[in-house]
Parts: sequence; C-alpha cells; structure tokens
Amino acid sequence: MSPFFQVFNSLIKRELRLAIRHGADSWMVVMFFVLVVVLFPLGVGPEPGILTRISAGVIWVAALLSAMLSMDRLFQTDYEDGSLDLLVLTPQPLELLVLAKTIAHWLTTGLPLIIVSPLLALLLNMEASGYGVLLAALALGTPTLSLIGAIGAALILGARRSGVLLSLLILPLFIPTLIFGVSAVDAALTDLPSEPQLLILSGLLLAGLALCPWASAAALRQAVE
Amino acid sequence: MAEFTGQDLTCIRGERVVFSKLAFSIDEGEVLYLQGPNGSGKSTLLRLMAGLLRPVSGELLWGGENTRDDPEIFRGRLHYVGHQDAVKTALTVEENLTFWAEMSGAEPEKRLVRDALKTFSLTHLAALPARFLSAGQRKRLNLARICASAAPLWLLDEPANSLDTDSVVALRHAIAAHQDKGGMVAVATHEELVSDSNILDISEFTSSNRGAL
Repeated sequence: MSPFFQVFNSLIKRELRLAIRHGADSWMVVMFFVLVVVLFPLGVGPEPGILTRISAGVIWVAALLSAMLSMDRLFQTDYEDGSLDLLVLTPQPLELLVLAKTIAHWLTTGLPLIIVSPLLALLLNMEASGYGVLLAALALGTPTLSLIGAIGAALILGARRSGVLLSLLILPLFIPTLIFGVSAVDAALTDLPSEPQLLILSGLLLAGLALCPWASAAALRQAVE
Repeated sequence: MAEFTGQDLTCIRGERVVFSKLAFSIDEGEVLYLQGPNGSGKSTLLRLMAGLLRPVSGELLWGGENTRDDPEIFRGRLHYVGHQDAVKTALTVEENLTFWAEMSGAEPEKRLVRDALKTFSLTHLAALPARFLSAGQRKRLNLARICASAAPLWLLDEPANSLDTDSVVALRHAIAAHQDKGGMVAVATHEELVSDSNILDISEFTSSNRGAL
C-alpha cells in the first residue's frame, strides 16, 4: 500500500473512531439542525403555502449554521493536546492530512444532515418534486462547507472566542453555496431545469477540493510556529 | 555518513532575539545535551531543529544537504517529543501508539509497537482508554511513540518531566539503544540522562550575553 494512501486511511479511521466515541458531538449537530428548522413554523406560522415557499432556504440556512457549529473543533483539540505538531511533522504532505480530516468531518457532520433533510422537507411541506434536487444539492454543497470551514478552523487556532470569530470569517464565504443550493431546489419546484445550479455547485466543490486544503495547511503551519 | 548540523542560526520570537549565530553538530550515535536557564531558548531550538519554526538566518544541514531542500524526507527522519503528550484520551494506549506508527508512512511493525510498550512498562495498560492514564503514564506513552517507529534523529524536550525513577531508567536505556543503532539525540533536560554527551550551552548565544544586535 502506498504510504500516501495508508496515512490518509489511518487518519480518517482515527477521526471516525474519535467521532464515534465522542458520539454526542455528531448528534448535537443533527439535533441543532432539526431544532432550527422546527422553529420556523412556530415563528412564521403554520400556513402551508408560506412554509412551502421558504422550505429550501430554511433547510439550507440551518445546514450552514449546523456546519459552523462543529467546525471550530476540527483542529482545536489536536492543537491543544500537541497532536498538531506531530501531524505537521509527519513525512506526508500536510495538505493530504487536512483533506483526510475534512473528509472525516464531513462524514460525521455533513452526511447526517443530508440523511435527516428529507424529514425536515416533509415537515416544511416541500413539494415532492424538490426532494431529489435538495438531496443532490446538499450532497454537493455540504462537502464544500466542510472544506471552506477547515480554512477558518485552521486560522482561529490560538484565538480567544474562537467560535464567534470562526462564524464571522466563514459564513460570508458560504454565500455562493447557499445561493446556488437554494436556487437549485427552487428551480425544481417551479419545473425549471436545476442542472445549471447543480453544475455550479459541483464546480464550487471541485475548486474547494483543489484550493482549500492548501490554504488550511498554510494556516496550520503558521499556528504551530 | 549522515551528520546533523546547524550553522549560524538566529531566531527571533516576538521581536526579541532568542539566540543568534548558534551552531551545533550531532554525529551518528551522539547525544547533544542542551543546557541553559529557563527561557533561554532550549525548546525554541528543538522546534527549530524539527522544522516547526524557521530561523531568521542560518541553515540546518543533514549530511551536508539543506533540510529545506526536501522537508518531507527530513521530517521522516526525526521524532519530536514536546511538552504536550499528543495523547487522544478516547483512544486506547495501543490505538494511540499504532496510529502514530502508521502516520510515519511505513507499515507499522507489530514487534516494534509491542517492544515500545514493554520498554516503558505499558503492556498491561495497552487496552485501557488513555483518559485513565496519569501524567507520568501519558509521558511514557509519548516516549513509547518514538520507539514504535524508526527514525534516526530524536528531539526530546524535557522528556524526563513527571517520570518516576524507574521510567527515567527506561528512558536512559531507550536512548542508549538508539545510540547503539547509530541514532542521534538532541535533548533538553535537567536530568542526567547520558554520561558522555556533548553539551551545548544556549546562554552563550543569547542576546543578553552579547548585547543587542
């Protein structure tokens, strides 16, 4: 097995193992997602027409906020216990390790959000035609959120009130994903083709895959100095 | 013949010159013993040797070649033990150890991992989640990590902190075994770990001794 692949594998395995043993972290993100969405019918009233119209936007904004919630821990624990020094010192490229950690983060937080989203769409009275596109858009969009979030998570290491700072740094960068994610679903609901939006989301994901690990790795090297 | 040397190293932290024009050399099988009062820059020098910090001037050479030319190969040659123990409390002792052995890129050798556990008398704790370890046991786990995969250069920052006398003896043996295999060690410690080591007194290179630059 090539050393790249082995290191990549064992880091993902370790992150997943940690996530399972600290199971509450993933659950909290999902519960937060559900709660935020459930608050909307209580706030804007139970009128089905209104809920249908805002459903895609509400689910996406809630997904962004939930993704934020878990982001600040991505490198923080490794930074605090000294593991980050050792990760930086492994003979493999740091970008690869960042990518492995980001993928593990998405598997433990992004993926559960996608799984519960149809339930929430039902709750918000979304029309059946939107479900497939909502899932596809979230599947393309949430990895981008994790990738962008990783940059912020690396930048805030060592800062006080890091959670708030992270939101201020990262939420503006989530805007393109939000816009095209919501408009993909809206297009499907109005019987328009949603391929263009999904293609743009794919483009954002590919650009994120190519650029974000480098930016995060650079920030991590700064953090251990 | 590989030899790890540093030339003309100057390090500035927070607008303060920590040390300047520092030079050192570690040959195969040698131990370099860093001395100096608190805050004189022993840890800084070790982090600089590891490549975590960049010197303002000067260079680190491995067998005559600049370590910056291929940092990934150089990182594969060293083990660093810092103040923090890099122990994940949710993983067991053995999982922690195996993980770091895997991260070195080579297929982890079961035998090395087992021997490392034995060297620091952690064998009976192997299946215990690391959250139940005491500070000394965590330190031992961190030290077992550097025995569990091979690397010629060990950079040890206060490795004897919070160790009991038996563990200090174990550490001494581990260092001696490493030396016998031609390994190099740079260590900052107040404990007497090796009898015939080269001593580098950092305070000779600090700005307070030389006046402002």
